[in-house]
Amino acid sequence: MSLFLRDYLTVVWFGLAAVLLAGLLLGVSAAIRPSRPSYDKQIAYESGVDPVGMGWSQSQIRYYVFALLFVIFDVEAVFIFPWAANIERYGVFGLVVMLAFIVLLLDGLVYAWKRGLLRWV
Amino acid sequence: MLGLAIEIPYWGQSLLRVLGGIVAVLLPAGTIVYLFLFKMMSFMQSRLGPMEAGPYGSMQLFAEVGKWLQKEDIAPEAADVRIFKMAPIIVLVSTFLLVAVVPFGPDAYFTNFEVGVFYALAVGSVSVIGILIAGWASANKYSLLGGLRAAGQLIAYELPMVLAVVGVVIQAGTMNLQGIVVAQNTGEIFGFAGIGFPFVITQFVGFIIFMIAVQAELTQAPFDMPIAESELVSGYMTEYSGFRFLMFFIGEFATAGVFAFIASVLFLGGWGIPFAWFGWEGLADVPNWMNVAGPLIMFAKMLLLTFIIMWVRFSYPRFREDQLQTFAWKILIPVSLLNIAVTAIIKVAV
Repeated sequence: MSLFLRDYLTVVWFGLAAVLLAGLLLGVSAAIRPSRPSYDKQIAYESGVDPVGMGWSQSQIRYYVFALLFVIFDVEAVFIFPWAANIERYGVFGLVVMLAFIVLLLDGLVYAWKRGLLRWV
Repeated sequence: MLGLAIEIPYWGQSLLRVLGGIVAVLLPAGTIVYLFLFKMMSFMQSRLGPMEAGPYGSMQLFAEVGKWLQKEDIAPEAADVRIFKMAPIIVLVSTFLLVAVVPFGPDAYFTNFEVGVFYALAVGSVSVIGILIAGWASANKYSLLGGLRAAGQLIAYELPMVLAVVGVVIQAGTMNLQGIVVAQNTGEIFGFAGIGFPFVITQFVGFIIFMIAVQAELTQAPFDMPIAESELVSGYMTEYSGFRFLMFFIGEFATAGVFAFIASVLFLGGWGIPFAWFGWEGLADVPNWMNVAGPLIMFAKMLLLTFIIMWVRFSYPRFREDQLQTFAWKILIPVSLLNIAVTAIIKVAV
């Protein structure tokens, strides 16, 4: 197997190690902890009063515009990094093009800002 | 680990790496919790902190783990139990995946990705999934609100963090973390190579933005809206008890340590000492003893950065949710884009 893929295999081992460690500790815990479930323990905690309605209550998700903006800017970052790593090879031409790209995307942020979409409330 | 004189088979190397990774996750977490959360916080508040378990309470950590191991594991009746039980494991896994990218010495690294920066930033946001499903699966209004707030906050501060690193990549000319360390330690400031060229000097704005974003990603005060105890009890962790709660807790502080490792690699010179001290030309000249000294240097830098994180945590009151979003979108992101533009122009012009 190539060294390149071996690096990724190491990542897999790390993930498995974390799961194993968690499983081991939870297993130890399961062996020594008490287990006496009762109805009172298992109702949802709402500061001591009986829960009102369902736990999965409806609430307004305010940040979906933020989520969209996030996707746009994250994709932008993916494009910026390869240029940033090779900036001297691309020289002035690359600089001008990339600055234009950043300004265009910043324009989107300014537009959202002026539309008042960046307010949380 | 590849530079050892004895040839170690692949499974042996992997085992060593995994054991090293476990140490690199748990040791910083334990140190941060004992040194900063127990002791420093107490001294800042004019009290002694834990004193009973061992001299100066130094065995307190083991007492705590022993206590949490014995706690009953309760899941709410209405909860989506399987996902509820999975969530803390996902958070812990994300920490382990993140530490895999950190180099600790010339050969003491776990992985050596060419695109290490990409990997770190991508894996760093996996924990959001764990937090979001913890909030959702608990079937509790506090948890749900906490989980949603956490998700909103983490995506808002992910961007400044990513954009702050671009400046470092521009200066180093590589996305390999090992390469970034070498670039800082072989660099010189106007011909003076005595302290190398840590990027915190020229990328100070980027460093500040990165640390603010780390603070927010870790949901430490002043960015602890998702677990605001005065309104949400404990946010997405409200329904957790026993060892699963402790796993969230370990994950939080272990991630603090790992992000501090990454910040010290990107901005403070990582494991290296200025190569000019001993006349090393490049990575190949670095002797083997740096594989021992490197982790110690990294640990010292990690302690310095987590000290700052904790200091800020104990000092500032909490941001309101809308202030938090406004701060990220209207201040940090424009400033970090400006930082990229200025760095790029100077790099190309000079």
